[in-house]
Amino acid sequence: MRQREAILFYVCISPWLIGFVLFYLGPIIASFYFSLTDWDLLTSPQFVGMENYVRLFTRDALALKSFKVTLVYTMVYVPLDLILGLSLALLLNQKLRGIGVFRTVYYLPSVLSGVAYVVMWMWMFNPQHGLINTLLSYAGIQGPRWLLDPKWALSALIMMSLWGVGRSMIIFLAGLQDIPIVLYEVAEIDGATRWNKFWKVTLPLLTPSLLFNLIFGIILTFQTFTNAFIATNGGPLDSTLFYVLYLYRKAFEHLQMGYASAMAWVLFLIVLACTLVIFLTSGKWVFYRNIGE
Amino acid sequence: MASRNSYNERDYLQPSHWRRNIWNLIIYLMLIVGSLMFILPLFWALSSSFKSDYQVMQYPPQWIPSPLRWQNYPEALTYVPFGRFALNTLFIAALAILGNLLSCTIIAYGFARLRAPGKNFFFILMLSTMMLVEPVRIIPLYIEFNKLGWIDSYLPLIVPAFFGSPFYIFLLRQFFMNIPLELEEAALIDGANRLQILWKVIVPLSKPALAAVAIFNFQGVWNDFLYPLVFLHKQSNYTIALGLNFFRSTYTVHWGYLMAASIVALLPMVIIFFIAQRYFIQGITFTGIKG
Repeated sequence: MRQREAILFYVCISPWLIGFVLFYLGPIIASFYFSLTDWDLLTSPQFVGMENYVRLFTRDALALKSFKVTLVYTMVYVPLDLILGLSLALLLNQKLRGIGVFRTVYYLPSVLSGVAYVVMWMWMFNPQHGLINTLLSYAGIQGPRWLLDPKWALSALIMMSLWGVGRSMIIFLAGLQDIPIVLYEVAEIDGATRWNKFWKVTLPLLTPSLLFNLIFGIILTFQTFTNAFIATNGGPLDSTLFYVLYLYRKAFEHLQMGYASAMAWVLFLIVLACTLVIFLTSGKWVFYRNIGE
Repeated sequence: MASRNSYNERDYLQPSHWRRNIWNLIIYLMLIVGSLMFILPLFWALSSSFKSDYQVMQYPPQWIPSPLRWQNYPEALTYVPFGRFALNTLFIAALAILGNLLSCTIIAYGFARLRAPGKNFFFILMLSTMMLVEPVRIIPLYIEFNKLGWIDSYLPLIVPAFFGSPFYIFLLRQFFMNIPLELEEAALIDGANRLQILWKVIVPLSKPALAAVAIFNFQGVWNDFLYPLVFLHKQSNYTIALGLNFFRSTYTVHWGYLMAASIVALLPMVIIFFIAQRYFIQGITFTGIKG
């Protein structure tokens, strides 16, 4: 009986196991092999050892630039997304009449993404006739040229993505609604202020949601591609040349599959390292209720 | 933040009640200002989609264009065959959803209910693939599908769905775990086999979770750009995202047309969102990613 159940388990998960080998494990190993070759898809791959990695780290200024762009974007966007997402979740967690309508409004943009989302925002950021500079002009401010200005383009992309803050907001909101009211009542009896309750009850109990949003935020922003590909195509002056955009160019425009694979592996290891560091240090700041449930 | 459950009459005369009212007023004000900021871009896009090239350039802008230029829609949507692109995308989405519902249900049932050595290892392995960066897969996948002769067909976008997707498996597994075991045990005693239990007990009870998977999957296919960009080349094969990108690169300055096309591309997700809002939120709750 036990053995039959085990066999049945492996039968059940076999589609995933096969898919894992075909679409995950195989490609990852293949990608590492490609990264050690010089390959243009047309001729057969030439083994070059670590040459692609050496070139990436020492001779490719544009790769370094694209890494910096991605890092700056991640380090600015992820904290903003967390702070804004948490603030909105706190506001929307009130028991007020009509709160459902507000939740809908803030959540809606996050289910829209992709090309239409970006094209819409390109129009918002249009220097002469876009929404943002029109609103600024009402206040007598001459807005910048946003996506066309190397100094502002990355900020514009950050603002564009923050419209989708509903994704992290809804996870915070689910976390908030899971906090038992009893805990606040106990805190009130002990004379806790609103401020105290937030820091001593709400925030510690939200740390699992915070961890989730932090990790997925970092993983997603490191892979930013579509927004930059559509809105700026890396410009102006490479100010929004994201790492994955540069990788895409190397692979599918310059047909340097080996070099692009090396870039992919470096990204893979960086994101893996970030995720591991966050996980390993999370024991110090993430609190789990109901351990043993 | 937490409200005490009941107030007696006298509480209304207390200063604390006035403080609460002022607090609520401030929250309402913040919510209203914020939601205006969130809605305004959509309104602006909608308004621009009814403007001629001349109206688009006017300053100060007309928030509600007069006259409304309805022709933007039929004109923009026939410049490139958007109907075709939409059908292509729907076709891919339908088959991908079918594939994911079939495979993920069976895989998730295994993870949720069957005991076997190595189960935890494979479960954690599956979860860790959710954190994989996609670019590391895309080149080998391109080469793999190229060898199979699948480039410029929908197979690369559909076939993997029949092998399950980690997030949907995880979502369904979490949901199945919460279905009382007694229901299954009763059926087992009645002589039902596991497959019968899955279809007759688990699936009917899991409709909200399956709906959430279908909706997330539709959203993923409808909004996806990188994979179609790499795998599809012929214009007649384009998805809605590729079509809109092509349209954008060809008709750059006609913002009225671009907004009309964008609104049409956004519309299905907006409609699904309003019809099935609770599934989006439940889908997140099912996974237990919260406090």
